[in-house]
Amino acid sequence: MEKFDAIVVGAGPAGLSAAITMADKGLKVIVIERGDYPGAKNVMGGILYSEPTAQIFPEFWKEAPLERPITEESYWFLTGDSVTKFGHRNQRFAEEPYNAFSVFRAHFDKWMGEKLKAKGGLLICETVVEDVIEKDGKVIGVKCGRANGDIYADVVIVAEGVNSMLTQKALKMQKMNMKEDYLAVAVKEVIYLDEEKIEDRFALEKGFGATIEVIGDSTKGMVGTGFIYTNKESISIGTGALMSQLIKSKMSPNDLLESFKNNPMVKPLIRGGETKEYAGHMIPEGGYNAMPKLYGNGVLVAGDAAQMVNGLHREGSNMAMISGKIAGETVIAAASKGNFSEETLSSYQKKLEDTFIIKDLKKYKKSSEYFDHNPELFALYPELVSDAMYTFFNVDGTSKKDVQKKMMKDAFKKRPVMSMAKDVYNFWRVLV
Amino acid sequence: MSKLDDKLFANRYKSYKETHLKVTDPEKCLSCKDKPCTYVCPAGVYAWNELENRILTAYEGCVECGTCRYACTYKVIDWQNPKGGYGIQYKFG
Repeated sequence: MEKFDAIVVGAGPAGLSAAITMADKGLKVIVIERGDYPGAKNVMGGILYSEPTAQIFPEFWKEAPLERPITEESYWFLTGDSVTKFGHRNQRFAEEPYNAFSVFRAHFDKWMGEKLKAKGGLLICETVVEDVIEKDGKVIGVKCGRANGDIYADVVIVAEGVNSMLTQKALKMQKMNMKEDYLAVAVKEVIYLDEEKIEDRFALEKGFGATIEVIGDSTKGMVGTGFIYTNKESISIGTGALMSQLIKSKMSPNDLLESFKNNPMVKPLIRGGETKEYAGHMIPEGGYNAMPKLYGNGVLVAGDAAQMVNGLHREGSNMAMISGKIAGETVIAAASKGNFSEETLSSYQKKLEDTFIIKDLKKYKKSSEYFDHNPELFALYPELVSDAMYTFFNVDGTSKKDVQKKMMKDAFKKRPVMSMAKDVYNFWRVLV
Repeated sequence: MSKLDDKLFANRYKSYKETHLKVTDPEKCLSCKDKPCTYVCPAGVYAWNELENRILTAYEGCVECGTCRYACTYKVIDWQNPKGGYGIQYKFG
């Protein structure tokens, strides 16, 4: 029976980063993917950050399939009939090494798969890993859903994504710490439009892109956001809300997206476009509190399977790639000692503690629960901002002193000053 | 294009002959008041059938997000990965 140095389950950003890191050092690596090709089952918004990606693929922008380098990022506070915008455009984002790109996972992950093969890694698609194989309390391989599907290795890296059934088995967990208020349900459409139309509508220079994150009416006041990203010749538009809130509001994710698309502030951006794909995805928002154990005897977990997402900052694929890379490095170190015990592999956790991954997840560990219990932030505040801005810009013969008084009075009518002070305090405590 | 069926039609699927989604204890659905699976699934896979008095699953349109498993009130939805190479194959993702 052929034996590998490492088996990686899942050809996403975490799994492929891990595999490439190991193959680069000459380890015999196999990646097992359930889709037809890497990316066939992968969904993200999707914005890919340059710095973490370049840690694995230096100067990737010269050859990887990317949509647009992002030069403008905005936040919108949306109501049914108004929007208040806050954004930033910077020419520095238009230069190498860039800050971020819009990408399609199905294209980018396929490219990463080719990179792995070029380094001598083996990629097996159309294969579901059903279980781990254990011997004397140690993971020694995986069982695949096909004939002669047992594969053996010194170590298994589980990077199966948010639906982490294998993680649970590999780490012998009774249950993953995943519940309705730790998970968001996101849906997205890819809407085709002419390149030129996109550049005109978003006032972009040729080839460059913009992102918009939308709070308020985009989720009908539920905890979550809407997003609009420009691709080369399409727009990615989507909404994501906490599952607990969708269940309570009895709203279907598709209806939520439709309502967002039909908001009069959004509609002109996608007018005349044709929907080429409709995707749905779960986002692990539980953060640090929801993280499973990250290592065991002969096994490591990386990326979404380990709940590594910073929902507030739209970061997930960077955590996936960097955790994958560190998992790969951990295996390289273990291989040099010939020891894949839980104790040796525990250095994975220690290394992660020193990176932004665990630091950021710890920092925001109270956020999804806090927002779930205080949804008015998403329902009320966009309205307050809209009212205030309307009063500010509306010229109707009122003196400016009275305009300012009215802005304050209107705001405190909807949210008493003490509650607002408490919101600010709590918001600060959760975020800073 | 706004109807869910039209959107799912734009997707690329390779349907397997057997479902990867099962309601393991349909009795529970009888006492489930809100039936969140019928509205929280992005692809509208789950529908209550009045005649048969049970949930029917149009698994062929599943976008494989996994939401149903966690949204089910009684946690009686068994969600497995479709057989390798089958199910949705995202063109963009």
